Formats: sequence, structure tokens, C-alpha cells
Amino acid sequence: MKHTISILCDDIPGVMTRVSGLFSRRGFNIESLSVGHTEVSGKSRFTIVVKGDDRVLEQVRKQLQKLIHVIKAWDIKQDDAVEREHALIKIKLEDVKKHELLQIITAAQARIVDSSGPIWILEVTGDTRSVDNAFNLLNDYNILESIRTGKIAIERETSRFISG
Amino acid sequence: MKKGKFTGARIIVKSLEAQGVEVIFGYPGGATLPIYDELAKSSIRHVLARHEQGAAHMADGYARATGRLGFCMSTSGPGATNLVTGIATAFMDSSPVVAITGQVPRPLIGNDAFQEVDTTGITIPITKHNYLVQQAKDLPHCLSEAFYLAGSGRKGPVLLDIPKDVQLEEFSLNQVKRPLLEGYNPTIKGHPGQIKRALGLLKNAQKPVIIAGGGVCHAEAQEELKQLAERGDIPVVYTLMGKAAFHNSNPLCLGMLGYHGRVEANTAISEADIILAAGTRFGDRSTGPLGSFAAQAKIIHIDIDPAEISKNVSAYLPIVGDVKNIIGRLADLIPTIKHPDWTTHLKEVAKNHPLREIKKGVMTPHILTVLKEIAGDPILVTDVGRHQIFAAHYFPVESGRSFITSGGLGTMGFGVPAAIGAKLGHPEKNIVDIAGDGSFMMTCQEIATAVEEDIPILVLIMNDYCLGMISQLQDAFYGKRYEACRFGKNVDCAKLAESMGAVGIRVSREKEIAPAIEKGLSEDKPCVIDFILEDTPNVYPMVTGTSLMEYVE
Repeated sequence: MKHTISILCDDIPGVMTRVSGLFSRRGFNIESLSVGHTEVSGKSRFTIVVKGDDRVLEQVRKQLQKLIHVIKAWDIKQDDAVEREHALIKIKLEDVKKHELLQIITAAQARIVDSSGPIWILEVTGDTRSVDNAFNLLNDYNILESIRTGKIAIERETSRFISG
Repeated sequence: MKKGKFTGARIIVKSLEAQGVEVIFGYPGGATLPIYDELAKSSIRHVLARHEQGAAHMADGYARATGRLGFCMSTSGPGATNLVTGIATAFMDSSPVVAITGQVPRPLIGNDAFQEVDTTGITIPITKHNYLVQQAKDLPHCLSEAFYLAGSGRKGPVLLDIPKDVQLEEFSLNQVKRPLLEGYNPTIKGHPGQIKRALGLLKNAQKPVIIAGGGVCHAEAQEELKQLAERGDIPVVYTLMGKAAFHNSNPLCLGMLGYHGRVEANTAISEADIILAAGTRFGDRSTGPLGSFAAQAKIIHIDIDPAEISKNVSAYLPIVGDVKNIIGRLADLIPTIKHPDWTTHLKEVAKNHPLREIKKGVMTPHILTVLKEIAGDPILVTDVGRHQIFAAHYFPVESGRSFITSGGLGTMGFGVPAAIGAKLGHPEKNIVDIAGDGSFMMTCQEIATAVEEDIPILVLIMNDYCLGMISQLQDAFYGKRYEACRFGKNVDCAKLAESMGAVGIRVSREKEIAPAIEKGLSEDKPCVIDFILEDTPNVYPMVTGTSLMEYVE
């Protein structure tokens, strides 16, 4: 089953290796991993999406929690959380009916962030399903390259940990 | 150097002194010379090993024998990689070792410099934590954190990788940051509600059993365990790591459980209704096949590491915390109970399934018996292999920290250097290493260290010119096709020991066993006795099926 694991940790070198090593040694492929600073200086937060056996992943979570610089590691329940990811998509405009493309962009809830030349860059933000959906809609066009941030997720409830 | 300024190297040695370090085991190299220069001015004893792996096992042996931190040190590159086996050994058995490695100067890191490896990268999975110290002013808090981490909570090795130019860098102590370990707060006291529930389960149990693991030894909870077992009339089985957790001759002691466990121990586990597992991680050697393990039982699992709860075996009632604290509470609260049917039944099983008879002769079980008679209660160190399991079965131990073995990693070559470390921790005790000829040859050069450093250990080699456990497995599971397990008979281990300045004795007749051991124990030099085994039986019981109850005995 797919899990979204959130980790609050110290922002110091080596944390990424320690975290990812616990997955790779068990043969898990991390589907996405995003990390960035938080509202507390010196603290980072990871969101990791990974597929695997529930029991084994619970073991991984406990091992993550054991890492000295991890303050908290927990499994996010999808229903209780807001999830977002971001994608950038580069499209070549050759042989393209622009008005059709513009309609699709609207339908996909994408935005044009660069249209200065014959290659446009679009951005999409949403939960994983809506970003997938945007890709589906744009599939008929010539996508030169694309990139996704991977999911970030935050729970609706008040903070699960005392920060600051 | 300006007044009030320190170099990194000096603060390292000062921190070690402040920590009360008596001895550090190491092997120098270009990247640690500044530390050695400071160490020369210090009262800390440095034991110069003959291989970094030896230094790591010595620190480990010292830590296991004393409960204090063991320190080892090596240079960068090959020095650090040679420590790896020793660090992993300590990690698997939760032994508090602090390893200091030199690293190439900061400007060279990442450039494939001479003797450069990514030491912290290599050791992440085998340390509790590690540091690449980036600036000299980080050293004080990194060192104090490292000492604290290694010796608190679930103990384990911590490594500090220190670039040579950081060792030489000057800084003033007022630049020092305070340590902050927000994410580390081990639970010591057991949850009172959980303890109460455990008590309820134990009171109502008809067939209770205690599994004593290595955690009982680390926590030094032997006295509490004895009280609990005796008041509650609860039989005790031990894991290999937990052998010294419970007086082996106590009538409630059923011996070792698991893959090579005693039949009565494995029967108790298989028939029990309540199991109290203390300080064990339910390693595969002690559970056998998980599917059938303790099928009738509700398991109360006490461990200081929450990640051990339900890792291998589901816990019905977990209690996270220090084993000494929790067992102590349980021992205080438990009323005097008797389980005559259960204990009588297990005694009956024990009577019907004794260990194989000890035949007189130059054979491991007999040698162990003679050693027990002569040496009393020494610290027994073992290497890894068939002799290790023989030692677990045929050498009863009485007190804590008196059985030192590489249980988790199963590191051949552990014995000699670990015995050296143990001897430095307990100079007043006899330290006897039971080795196989295979294990001995892996680290035998450390005999030279023992001689030079005047550390009188006794090494008994169970020499069958063979890798005993390998041949046993080939015998049981590979149709007796003995491949790559026989050694030639060219090596004379006694002469080898003599060549390094130790006393070497070769024994090939039964009547020579006792005099040789007596001589070995009375020597004030290291002594190696090479027992040329006349027969090399396999070690039984051995589980061969899909449950602990399918075995050859």
C-alpha cells in the first residue's frame, strides 16, 4: 500500500542519506521525496511517498524516528491532510492549434509561465490526481520535458508536534 | 599557541580525559598524528593493536566487560575501513563503543585524496550515530554528544570522523556551542499502566516463561530478574547474548533457546501461555521459524528501543523502557506464586532430553568442563562457530558480564582482541577465550599486542583443522558434501603464539588438558593452548524443521 511519510528533522548535512538509506536497504523505491525548510529555523520537513508492506513500513518509520536528528516521523492519513505537488511542463508549439491548447490548459487548471518563444512552459499545482490529469490532457502535445516536485502534505488538525 | 586557544587534537584528548577514559585502542596513521602527539602528553593509556579490526574488538570487549565506553581510533581510508567489522559487531550487540577516525584535510575531501574514504557514509548503517566534524569549535559538543549517545538508551557505537586540519585548527573555548539533541530522548521508566497489566498477565499465567536477552546484561538487571523469576516461579530461558543474565545453575534456568537451543527451553517457549521477553530483539537465531514461534503465548515485550517492539514477533503487551527499571518494578510487585505442574513438566522434558553425554577426551565439551572446574567463574570470551555454541551449552556462567560473544554479527576473529579488551577492564579476573582454529587465525596477530602490552589472557583453541559450523551445515543440509571447510595441518598455533612471545602449549592427549589449563591460568604472560581435537562431533540440539520442536538432538 502507498504511504505518505512526514519527517520533521534538523537541517544538517547527512540527514537525507540517513533517511533514504533506511528505505533503500529494504529494497523500497521511494516514489517521491520533497524536502524544505519549515517555519522553525534549523528544521526541515520531508514528505516521502513510498509503496510497501504496511508492517515493514511501520518498522521503517520507527527506525526513522530513531535517527538522532529526526524529531518526529509519522505516517500521514490521506483523508486528514491537504496534499499538493507541482509540475513544470515544456511543450513545443509546432503544428499546434493554439486556441485548442489554451482550452486544454484551462481545463487542466495549468498556467503558462513562459510563452516567449516557440516552446512554452506550463505549471500545474494540485493533488497528485489533478497533476496526473493535466499530464493526461496534454499527452497529445509534444511534451519536450517535464518535472514534478513530488507530493508535500500537511494535516488539517493543529500541529502534531510542538514546534519552536 | 595563544593563551586560551586550543587545537582540535588537544580538545579531543582533554575531552577523553574529562570523560575518565583509561585506555584507547588504536593504530596510528598520517591523518591521526596530531591526536597521537597530544595523547603522548596524556595519562590515557594507548594500546597499539596490530590491525584496526583488533583495536575495535578490543574497545568492544572492554565495553562489554565493564559497561563503560570502549574507545578505538584509526587513521583515514584503510584504517577506517578496517574498523568497520569491529564497529558493525558492536552495533549488532548494542555495545557502547566510540570510534575516532582521522580524515584527510577538509580541502581534499571528495577529491579522492590519498587514504580518503567516505567514512561517515560507510558507517551510517552500522553506527548509532556518526559525525564528520567540520570545524574544531564543533569538537567539544560533538564529543560530549557522542559519549552521551553511545552510553545511553539502547547503547551502540558512535563514530567521529575528524579531518586532519580540524585536529590542527586553533579555536577558543568560548566559541563552543551547546549540544542540542531534540530528537533523542530515550524512555527509561516503564509505563506504570503497562507494568500493572503485565503483572496481571503474569499472576494469571499457568505456563509463564521469561526470555532473558542481552539487554538484561547491558542494564545489569540480573538481581531483579532473579527476584522476579524466583518469586513468580517463572522458568527462564536465555538467548546467546543473554547467557549471563541469569545464573545458569539456578533450578529455574532452562538454558539457551532457539536454533541451537535446549529442548526444554524450546518446549517451554512452544507451550507457554505468557512469555515475558526482556531485552531481546527476537533475533532469527533465537526464534527459529517465526510462523510457529510461541504459538500459544501472549508476549510481554520489554525493550528500551521502541523500534524492537513487534519488529519480528508481535507483542501482546509492549513496555518500552530500561529493563532494570521495569523488571525491578515487576519483581517488587509480584506475589509469591507457584506453578508446580508447569515446572515439573519442564523438568521432566529436561530429564528426557539431556545434552549429549560429555565423553572424556580432547573434545570441546570435555575441555569446557575441565576449564569450569579449574577456572571457576572467569570471563569467558568466545569466537564464532561450533565451539561458540558448545560454550553456550557446556560452560555455565554465574555472574553478569562474564560471557562475551559476538552474537548478532557472528564475527569470527572477535575472541582474541575482545579478550584483550576485557582483561584491561577487569585485570583481576581470569579472561579465557574459547576459539576455533578458523577464528583464531583471523586475528591471531593480536597475541603480539597482548604480549607487548603485558595483558595476560588465556586462549584455548579447539583445533579441528576445520570450519566446524560450516561442516555441520554441509553435513545436515548439503548431503555431506564438505566443500571449502578443511584447512591444512601445517600451522602449529602453539609455536605461532611462542613466536610472538606468548606461552604456547599443544595438547593432544586427555591427561594433558587440566595441567595445561592450570599452567595457562598461572602464567603472567598471554598463553595459547592449541587443543588438537581427537573427535569433532557436531553440536546439538539443532532445529532442522519449520518449528523449534523439529530438531536433531
